[in-house]
Amino acid sequence: MSKADGAAAILWVGATFYALFGGADFGGGFWDLVAGWDEKGQRPRDVIQRSLTPVWEANHVWLIFVLVVLWTAFPSAFSAIFTTLYVPIALAALGIVLRGAGFAFRKSIVGLRERRAMGATFAISSVLTPFFMGTVVGAIAAGNVPAEGNGDAFSSWIQPLPLLIGAMFVASGAYLAAVFLVGDARRGDHEMESYFERRALGAAVVAGAFAVAGLFALHSEARYVFDRLTEQGLPLVVLSLFCGAALLIVLVRGGRRLLRPLAAGAVIAVVWGWGVAQFPYLLPTSLRIDQAAAPDATMTIVFIVFAIAAVVVLPSLGLLYTLAQRDLLESEH
Amino acid sequence: MPLLDLLPLAASESNLLAAREQMAFTLAFHIVLSCIGVALPATMLVANYVGLKKGDEAAMELARRWSKAIAVTFAVGAVTGTVLSFEFGLLWPEFMDRFGAAFGVAFAIEGIFFFVEAIFIAVYIYGWKRLSPWAHFWSGVPMVITGIGGAFSVVAANAWMNQPQGFTLNGAGEVVDVEPLKVLFNPATGYEVAHMILAAYMVVGFLVASIYAVGMLKGRRDRLHKLGLVIPLTIACIATPVQLFVGDTAARGVADHQPAKFAAMECIQETGTDQTEYLGGICTDDGVKGAIGIPGLDSFLVGWSTDTEVTGLNDIPPDERPPANTFIHLSFDTMVGIGSALMGLALWFGFVWWKRRDIPQTPWFLRAVSVSGAAAIVALWCGWIVTEVGRQPWIVQGYMRTSEAVTEAEGIWFTFALVLLLYTGLGTGAILVLRAMSRRWREKGAEDVQSPYAPQTEEETA
Ligand code: HDD
Ligand code: HEM
Ligand code: HEM
Repeated sequence: MSKADGAAAILWVGATFYALFGGADFGGGFWDLVAGWDEKGQRPRDVIQRSLTPVWEANHVWLIFVLVVLWTAFPSAFSAIFTTLYVPIALAALGIVLRGAGFAFRKSIVGLRERRAMGATFAISSVLTPFFMGTVVGAIAAGNVPAEGNGDAFSSWIQPLPLLIGAMFVASGAYLAAVFLVGDARRGDHEMESYFERRALGAAVVAGAFAVAGLFALHSEARYVFDRLTEQGLPLVVLSLFCGAALLIVLVRGGRRLLRPLAAGAVIAVVWGWGVAQFPYLLPTSLRIDQAAAPDATMTIVFIVFAIAAVVVLPSLGLLYTLAQRDLLESEH
Repeated sequence: MPLLDLLPLAASESNLLAAREQMAFTLAFHIVLSCIGVALPATMLVANYVGLKKGDEAAMELARRWSKAIAVTFAVGAVTGTVLSFEFGLLWPEFMDRFGAAFGVAFAIEGIFFFVEAIFIAVYIYGWKRLSPWAHFWSGVPMVITGIGGAFSVVAANAWMNQPQGFTLNGAGEVVDVEPLKVLFNPATGYEVAHMILAAYMVVGFLVASIYAVGMLKGRRDRLHKLGLVIPLTIACIATPVQLFVGDTAARGVADHQPAKFAAMECIQETGTDQTEYLGGICTDDGVKGAIGIPGLDSFLVGWSTDTEVTGLNDIPPDERPPANTFIHLSFDTMVGIGSALMGLALWFGFVWWKRRDIPQTPWFLRAVSVSGAAAIVALWCGWIVTEVGRQPWIVQGYMRTSEAVTEAEGIWFTFALVLLLYTGLGTGAILVLRAMSRRWREKGAEDVQSPYAPQTEEETA
């Protein structure tokens, strides 16, 4: 493995964590959006808020991590992506601002009307942001980003595949979130537990449907990625299917313990399946990883940073999640 | 874009202007929040420490309130910072393409600091009730370190844009080799980083103190208000003299390495010795109008002798001269003026405290403190204007012009308008929320003040 491949792997690790934790965060916003007005939605909303509040900021940093590694290790790919897909990227950024603001202000505001407006902002932007991020990923996979950048601002992403991937991002976030929330609601609240169980089931089916539709779109729009996905990437596809199916069975039978690992497994397998299918391209099929790579010394720094992150950040994150899971952090402040 | 048609500029020039305005505005917004993120945790921990050591409930309550304010400002800081990261790609793709491999190094390191900061902020903010008091205190300490580390990495990146080094270009102008340590520790890093971190402590110290000074002027003279004034003000007043020293070093660093910027700052038209230091005034091609001039002082400040030669704008090629000379010059004077005024305030406070162990009793003192926070923010902005506008037309001094860096994408004026709107909402929202919080604290008052570390009550658990 070359240094450039190593850096690409680090990029993918970051993307995996963001897909898991950021995805679940957005999914929480999705369930908030569809929880129903005021009284009716209050209980699920409380569960969502309790479980998101202490961790959302840390979850968000994975996005920064991915951006920073991308522009440091693969500057030309960063520039090509941003000069082509600036419309969905700007819309995702807009969503991030609204979401952060809505979330931060909602907790601190007393008036019901303002609270509602803020809550709605948070929830709607939780759906729009992953959708537009998904279109960015879809457009890259479809090969619509030319290596030299400045691709078409609209037709690069307003295509069936990117739009489907966008929808799949929303659905899989919702699915992850529902699975995590089953666990978070569990502590003493059976009604909420089955509330989120039903939703996990629904979201799993929808996300699966989008994934299948996505495969068809991949076949027609992103032949390179499709072919590799069904060859080198096949084990990962199978793993993802297996996790998804096993999760459905566990859910229906009311099992609990394996829920989270299975849900995470399904998502991880998809992210890495995508990576394997693109390899050795960063932008299929115009820019290879080694062509986009920064000089060696820069890569070394990226490795060192990653090593430090593994030693410092992961244990800290573990501490945060443990404290949150053990209810040692209150959600209201 | 129809908007572009209204403007009598070539599309690319218009794009450049829009991109610069958007970058400047979003940075100016973020920098205030980031100061809070850098320096408020330390201020809060001092209060927390005092509270724990001396069993001082008022200090404890202050720490708790400030932690709740941080929860809001940190969230807004995180989203505005994220926008900046996106803007690097959205507005300056060519810059990132060419130099991401070199100056990205600083941001890669910053990533770690952000992570650790976000994690421990959450532990501290939400851990008041359930963690043991000292464990909780210590969970706040990483924030102080990561705030400084984060500021270091970002500002080192900016210092590199001012005085780039540590990379090799090939014939095509691509970065082919990088020496990360040289990138991080370029000649401007030392003073820029120190200056920024001190600025953060000054901004936060004066700003928080000014909030309590306003309260005291309104007659709220309890222990909580007094401590709320004294703790941050002491921190700011310690930072101020050091800041003036570092600022002076910075000015000499700029004179040595970025003569064009220095000439613009000081309005120097002709190279020569025995340069006059101008305070205020308007810069024109034939000298400064309406300024107070102190003969020889400028040369003296640069090299400790009036014989020091200082480069004037006449020795800078016309297409490499910074724009908006007067603006840069006045920004510099405003920063130095405010710095000196705050130094006066620090001396006043320090002297009276030393004599009487109390704050000066005249309402003029409280009035001065209550404007000091805004003044420090203005100085902060002015400093950045000097640094950034003074570097123009370069984005990377001597290597890349800002006009080469800008995106070709259309519609930047549109996004800029949207950003203005959005950030107005964001800023207003943040202020309203903070004010609502402080009103609630005042109304709830006593019962809240009692014991931040008490177990949750029934009502709170529900
Ligand atoms: C509270 C804020 C504050 C105060 C009181 C001062 N400064 Fe400052 N100054 C800043 C906040 C600042 C800053 C944080 O905004 C800048 C922008 C970039 C930097 O490194 O610090 C800055 C930049 C900056 C620069 C440009 C550096 C460059 O381009 O690389 C110079 C020459 C000075 N300052 C000099 C001074 C002097 C001589 C001061 C007082 C006597 C002073 N500053 C007070
Ligand atoms: C690492 C830190 C920073 C980086 C990498 C950076 C980068 C940039 C870039 C790319 C531009 C646009 C090109 C230009 O007009 O110069 C710019 C402009 C500007 N930045 Fe910075 N900046 C940094 C820090 C800051 C901060 C903290 C401020 C604070 C407010 C600031 C203030 C400005 C201003 C006022 C402009 C506009 C200059 C003009 O209109 O001519 N910068 N900066
Ligand atoms: C171009 C310049 C800049 C970029 C791209 C940038 C980027 C970011 C990003 C992405 C975040 C969010 C991190 C998170 O999610 O927690 C952030 C927050 C932060 N930034 Fe910036 N930043 C810039 C300038 C600065 C400067 C000049 C400083 C320091 C003095 C600074 C200090 C901070 C701090 C302390 C935070 C933590 C959040 C807070 O306390 O509000 N940033 N920045």
